[in-house]
Amino acid sequence: MKGGIAKLAWAALALLGAVCFAVLALRRGESINALWIVTAAVAIYLVAFRFYGRFIASRVLEVDATRATPAFAHNDGLDFVPTNRHVLFGHHFAAIAGAGPLVGPVLAAQMGYLPGTLWLIVGVVLAGAVQDFMVLVISSRRDGRSLGDLVREEMGQAPGTIALIGAFLIMIIILAVLAMIVVKALAESPWGMFTVIATIPIAIFMGIYMRLIRPGRIAEISIVGFILLLTAIWFGGEVAVHPTWGPAFTFSATEITWMLVGYGFIAAVLPVWLLLAPRDYLSTFLKIGTIFALAIGILIVMPELRMPALTQFTDGSGPVWKGGMFPFLFITIACGAVSGFHALISSGTTPKLLANETHAPYIGYGGMLMESFVAIMAMVAASIIDPGVYFAMNSPAAIVGTDAASVAATVSSWGFVVTPDILTATAADIGENSILSRAGGAPTLAVGIAQILHSILPGEGTMAFWYHFAILFEALFILTAVDAGTRAGRFMLQDLLGNFVPALKRTEAWGPNLIATAGCVGLWGWFLYQGVTDPLGGINMLWPLFGIANQMLAGIALMLCTVVLFKMKRDRYAWVSIVPTVWLLICTTAAGWIKLFDPNPSVGFLAQANRYRNAISAEELIPPSMDFGAMQQVMISNYVNAGLTAVFMFVVFAVLFYSIKAIRKARSVGDRTDRETAYVALQPHEVNV
Amino acid sequence: MDTMLNASGLVANGRRVWRRVVESARLCCGVPDYDNYVRHLKEEHPERPVPDYATFFRERQDARYRGGSGTRCC
Repeated sequence: MKGGIAKLAWAALALLGAVCFAVLALRRGESINALWIVTAAVAIYLVAFRFYGRFIASRVLEVDATRATPAFAHNDGLDFVPTNRHVLFGHHFAAIAGAGPLVGPVLAAQMGYLPGTLWLIVGVVLAGAVQDFMVLVISSRRDGRSLGDLVREEMGQAPGTIALIGAFLIMIIILAVLAMIVVKALAESPWGMFTVIATIPIAIFMGIYMRLIRPGRIAEISIVGFILLLTAIWFGGEVAVHPTWGPAFTFSATEITWMLVGYGFIAAVLPVWLLLAPRDYLSTFLKIGTIFALAIGILIVMPELRMPALTQFTDGSGPVWKGGMFPFLFITIACGAVSGFHALISSGTTPKLLANETHAPYIGYGGMLMESFVAIMAMVAASIIDPGVYFAMNSPAAIVGTDAASVAATVSSWGFVVTPDILTATAADIGENSILSRAGGAPTLAVGIAQILHSILPGEGTMAFWYHFAILFEALFILTAVDAGTRAGRFMLQDLLGNFVPALKRTEAWGPNLIATAGCVGLWGWFLYQGVTDPLGGINMLWPLFGIANQMLAGIALMLCTVVLFKMKRDRYAWVSIVPTVWLLICTTAAGWIKLFDPNPSVGFLAQANRYRNAISAEELIPPSMDFGAMQQVMISNYVNAGLTAVFMFVVFAVLFYSIKAIRKARSVGDRTDRETAYVALQPHEVNV
Repeated sequence: MDTMLNASGLVANGRRVWRRVVESARLCCGVPDYDNYVRHLKEEHPERPVPDYATFFRERQDARYRGGSGTRCC
């Protein structure tokens, strides 16, 4: 009887999801409430978790409640600790959630909210959550080893090293693109710049307090830090309008780039407790808090979506980024649907804390569903703002012009009617001089968040406060990721270079430390600089590169899962990871191919490089470049981007080659050949943790 | 009587939830449960000295950003 009621309830939930989905897909030409999207997503997530997640757990991976996890087998109270599943869920989610799920949907909104929303929901259920969950279980059954180690063990030394080099390059691109988001958000914005600079002394104060005055008291100093942050945001408004201090905190994009590069270097060599750790804590709490606030805000405000379901830019001619729906939509929405980087977390700290294998679906599959929900909220935030404002904010100046009148005229000519007054009034509302051409996702998202929070807590001038709160929230965790990423990249680089010059392997010595840090900062700094200075570059150049890289890493992780399934002799269930693998490989190689060889210079790297090379040899200036030096730079950066794309494609095809080899070998023998650690039974009292 | 029991039960429940929240927040910063670590040391390695919370915290803070584990997501 009880089972019958539960079945009915699940059926009702599935029906609810289907109805909301149908409403989303079929209602055209009239505005629709954001709750339809949210309800459709949540209902489908729950049904997918209950049925598909559980199917993968029980049938495909055969998770075993009695098998000792690394947390029990190697319990040391520090890195390996059996942890309550809700606590671990929070940890895992905090580690995977970042800028990706927030920025990707904002950029994808240029095609309308529907394509992005569909891919977010379908992608997470069939690809992203599957990857996170399977890698978690695979790593957990191998002492919590990392993705690179797993590839090496299951496929061989060569693919392991190739995957490692690929991961390093992907990291560099991620750091560059994250830093680019910050540059785009802070350029010519004294208010934003002041608050972000203010986080440095605040973090140092917190660091000293936590290390020396009252060691380890995270909660009290985080509350103090949060209050100081809010004060800094409020004070930033005063600074921005001040006749001397306002201009003093106004910097161009290029100046901020150099400041970030210098900052990245210093932050990465300082002791972690002084700056990195305290800001990391603050940004983690702020991130989780803002995500909650946004979810509650959407439920209370129930905003209408003003962006159409589909725009004319589904044909690939959009101003925000170029390229058709296939494959570029699936590249642009990176992290909310499937993210290769999560495989690094699922094979990092999380498997070492897993108390029982049966918790893995909740943490791996469920955690990724939550991340996708964050991306859905970002899509909502981008779609509730006036589409005219959206396109004015996200189109490059080369296309729409530089003053409110010409931008409004261009955007209106696309059918998104907006007046110059609306553009200047929006800028004034959020306390900025201009909102034009601020591609990068963060400012658009901040306007959306500010509108939602402003509807709950209205008041004179609070819109500007919330806007800068949202900017700060993003800048804070992006800068933390840049610090931590540079540090991690430095270790990776020392490890890689140490194979050739053994002296560089010594991570504690100052010389190798400084060399490797400078190398790492120099690499991402170069991509950042070329993106900022190239008039046609920036986010629309780096983001596809990042998307391709991230989805390729996901492809590598899913190929590993497939190999492991075949080695476990679970051939009949291998489609679970093969289906998303094939789709990701098709998308990424198609995108990589188009980015390399498309004859349209605004899409293809080589076409663009050749166009500039020919123009330079013919001594023709291509506006808006001012001189041939700048054109030379555009040419070189396009060649480098083309080279990098080719390397990514080589990496993924190499891993594919070794995967097929490993699968054929596994199928030719009768027994299991995977490298799972031997089964150890949990003690009865250890089973229910 | 019943309501009293319920009230004390609620308080105990609230305490337990709060402890979990604190534990989660600390773990998000890379600091595992200290009491659990002390218990582990006493049970498994009675010969080792038990660090105070400050030492434990500093060691964990440094360990979080030591190579490899610093990868944060996009």
